Amino acid sequence: MTTTPIRGLGHPVKRKEDPRFIRGKGTYVDDIKLPGMLYLDIVRSPYAHARIKRIDASKALAMPGVVDVITGAELEKAGLAWMPTLMSDRQMVLPTDRVVYYAQEVAAVVATDRYTAADAVLAVEVEYEPLTPVLDPFKALEPGAPLVRPDREQKTNHIWHWEAGDKEKTDRIFQEAQVVVSQDLYIPRIHVCSIETCGCVVNYDRATDKLTIWMTSQAPHAHRTVFSLVSGIPEHKIRIISPDIGGGFGGKVPVYPGYVIATYAALKLGKPIKWIEDRSENLQADTFARDYHIHAELAATRDGKIRAMRVHTVADHGAFDAAANPSKFPAGLFSVCTGSYDMEAAHVAVDGVYTNKPPGGVAYRCSFRVTEAVHTIERMVDILADELGMDPAEIRFKNFIRPEQFPYKSPTGWEYDSGNYPATLQKALDAIGYQELRREQAERRARGELMGIGISTFTEIVGAGPSHTFDILGIKMFDSAEIRVHPTGSAIVRIGVQTQGQGHETTFAQIVAEELGLPVENIIVEHGDTDTAPYGLGTYASRSTPTAGAATAVAARKIREKARLIAAHLLEVSPDDLEWRDYAFRVKGAPDRFKTMQEIAFAAYTNFPQGLEGGLEAVCYYDPPNLTFPFGAYVCVVDIDRGTGQVKVREFLAVDDCGTIINPMIVEGQIHGGLTMGLAPALFEEIVYDENGTMLTGTFMDYLLPTAMETPHWKTDKTVTPSPHHPLGAKGVGESPTIGAPPAIVNAVVDALSHLGVRHIDIPITPAKVYQILLEKGVAE
Amino acid sequence: MIPGPFSYRRAASIEEAIALLQQYGGEAKVLSGGQSLIPMMKFRLAEPAVIVDINRVPGLDAIEERNGILAIGGLVREVALERSPLIRQRYPIIADTAEVIADPLVRNLATIGGNLAHGDPANDHPATMLALRAEVVARGPGGERTIPIDDFFVDTFTTALGPDEILTEIRVPAPPPRSGGAYVKFERKVGDYAVAAAAVFLVLDEAGKIAGAGIGLTNVYYKPLRAAEAENALLGQVPSGELFRAAAELAAKAADPTTDLRGPAEYKRAVARTMTFRALEAALSRAQAAS
Repeated sequence: MTTTPIRGLGHPVKRKEDPRFIRGKGTYVDDIKLPGMLYLDIVRSPYAHARIKRIDASKALAMPGVVDVITGAELEKAGLAWMPTLMSDRQMVLPTDRVVYYAQEVAAVVATDRYTAADAVLAVEVEYEPLTPVLDPFKALEPGAPLVRPDREQKTNHIWHWEAGDKEKTDRIFQEAQVVVSQDLYIPRIHVCSIETCGCVVNYDRATDKLTIWMTSQAPHAHRTVFSLVSGIPEHKIRIISPDIGGGFGGKVPVYPGYVIATYAALKLGKPIKWIEDRSENLQADTFARDYHIHAELAATRDGKIRAMRVHTVADHGAFDAAANPSKFPAGLFSVCTGSYDMEAAHVAVDGVYTNKPPGGVAYRCSFRVTEAVHTIERMVDILADELGMDPAEIRFKNFIRPEQFPYKSPTGWEYDSGNYPATLQKALDAIGYQELRREQAERRARGELMGIGISTFTEIVGAGPSHTFDILGIKMFDSAEIRVHPTGSAIVRIGVQTQGQGHETTFAQIVAEELGLPVENIIVEHGDTDTAPYGLGTYASRSTPTAGAATAVAARKIREKARLIAAHLLEVSPDDLEWRDYAFRVKGAPDRFKTMQEIAFAAYTNFPQGLEGGLEAVCYYDPPNLTFPFGAYVCVVDIDRGTGQVKVREFLAVDDCGTIINPMIVEGQIHGGLTMGLAPALFEEIVYDENGTMLTGTFMDYLLPTAMETPHWKTDKTVTPSPHHPLGAKGVGESPTIGAPPAIVNAVVDALSHLGVRHIDIPITPAKVYQILLEKGVAE
Repeated sequence: MIPGPFSYRRAASIEEAIALLQQYGGEAKVLSGGQSLIPMMKFRLAEPAVIVDINRVPGLDAIEERNGILAIGGLVREVALERSPLIRQRYPIIADTAEVIADPLVRNLATIGGNLAHGDPANDHPATMLALRAEVVARGPGGERTIPIDDFFVDTFTTALGPDEILTEIRVPAPPPRSGGAYVKFERKVGDYAVAAAAVFLVLDEAGKIAGAGIGLTNVYYKPLRAAEAENALLGQVPSGELFRAAAELAAKAADPTTDLRGPAEYKRAVARTMTFRALEAALSRAQAAS
């Protein structure tokens, strides 16, 4: 029997993946090198909207080392000039007649080395006839606006209209409401900026007809299916390998034109092709997040009870609707925008619009537009508090869904699984010393200093999703795990989700360790290779633990049930006489008579009962019965420099509740990273275009990612309210802090200025923006 | 992010470097730390045909005081300035400046000579050297010449250096008694160019009045800017918050920034005022501590 500790749920196990990363031994796509490999580089449009009159590749083709130049005209002949998006729209792979956004792919160069390819890109001559771009989605909806997508039957820039909630009831409450507050909020375009850009290596083996694609993919199986459907290559002849991934954050869910062009080139030329974006290409052309123009209203009683919420949003999706939302949810899960508050009714409407900007609208650590939803409600609650002269904490306590109301049916149709909002907020307020901070603020205000305290009590919605409601291109959003226990008691776990830094190799091993009583170091987790891993929809939207984590637990429990039969055989008792306790099957009433999983595993291959199959393995495709609803209470304290307008985050406390915690160290790391990613759009990040649609923030000099120097010390704490329907009670955590942090920061800044009559500031809250307000209010230094 | 084709020549001596510059005329660019040149080449904003690498040229990396001046070799790395006890104790304004340039990785390679010779009004050392009334030493085919800092910055990305000249040394007058300087920068994030920054060097007389003042501003003009009127307004005066506010106002008036993603011109002018005021206060407290 083993004396090695199991270290299952709740242990801060050091990440199994870190030794290779720390030593520089990770294998990213750009580390893949194949004999005879050629390099692909992309010619991109300098215009946001233009007709292509002529492409002359002769000078590029004459350069030594240039093998081929691929254009849209050539792809059209192969039926590949367009590809489907995950949102049932279509997207140009390479254009045949027009470009519709700045930095769009125009042609591709293949050369024997990267340097030649880069030089040849500049040698491809493209003659454009510039067209008027439309960049503002409101203008795009006006009659006579330039048409972004003349290829569509509907000659309009309007893509879709989507609604949730009860309009009639909501309108009625608004008509009779004692108090109504309204606000326009703009949540700008931002970019995921994973450290690793996108890219692929494609190898087509003509002898076996097998296409192998190493690819920066958060969803390798879904991508395999898409590739098969687009190319007509049978799915078993396509292998997608997603090796180590340097961050995904939603940006590696869509299929980009570069992947398709590289695949076409590999098939055409019979040579392996590598395509790796550079940083500016990644920033300029890959899918963005947000770009929501929101008009929100709250109806309330005079004593601060929220009665209804009404939201209309214009969603700028760029030139192609290439978001990666579940099919039935073109606006993602935005309708969760009633947040943590109990109200009688809500109505949410969203209109998707085309503009001459890069396509997308992906989740950026925001589980399908939940960031937008949370930003809206958490700002609106503060605005209502300001209108009524109430404390932001008090108004939240007054409106929280009460613990006894769970499972709670929200007015837009969601069923919240579990929560205890008052306890979490109270814990945060006590820990940070809220009343003391309010006293300090009053003193500082008297001295003319600007200090603010912001609260955000968000509800997140993750774990997409139940098959009755959730699919992507028709593929149901279950997820999977396959566990094989070896004779000597070690195990391999293969999962359908794909880690990009979340620590799956550790946490999924911990789940199996807990369920099977095997030491965590004896369990290896594999993922990302479609030839070996079970089918799954991938990792994004904080769905891995709620879906594949559950699948892993269920598969392990299947193994345990078989193990019970073997243990009974070994102990010569009935299976019913055994109980699973302290990581072993023990005879009821005689706990010293037991068999460990290690002993059982050996017997599964050497001494199993007649009539039972040998071996010890199981597979589970887990269809979650509901989503999970993590939540938290964040408090932020800021000081504003009156001489520069700079906002300094003095203190930030995040109290998170993500249900049962598998690895507290990894959860804390996720929260630290997520808070930093919430700080970023609140104070720094924004994709900016000029009036011609040229992107002005195409490098890290202008697109501001906060570094450790800009990041405050994050304080974290937790409450634990398990999910009642998840096998482990776990809920998912990756995105909670990214969702919860921005409104906490904005609420703090607005709070610092509220006595001057400031009620709202759109993000990012730049020093220049704040200084302008200080000037207008006469308090600039 | 891949530069255009270029040839690379590594000079073993200053003479060889100058000869190479002569040989290639305007086609060649000197590579020292590469802080600006390499990114510009990667974005193909600069496509020099020849790179003349002076990193192996000996004798250009000293920091020493001699004959009443501080001499800093053109190849002195920012990290060396940050860590030099001589700089930290006697010229803290230079340490202030070095440690807000870019990020530590860049500062390990970036040189003070390159920071000045690039002629970028957004670079940080120029304002400080204006405040300190430094001199720049240039070597060319005709030998060595000394250029007062006020004559050195000619236009955006243009200095008084000839195409075959190399900046070999920066000379700063040794600090007189009761003097102190400070560089205060406001940047959107670490590693960014300044929204605005101010370098101030003050000398007090025995009565505590201002006997000498140097004020340089970063990134608020087409070239590094000396706020001469503000300097003059300080001379002979007793330091006070009111005086400093008036001087900062004059410095801001001298600024002529452009609107960009760092903010509107008027905002940058306001930040220039704030930075000047704060640099004046910091310089004063150092000058008073030095007396």
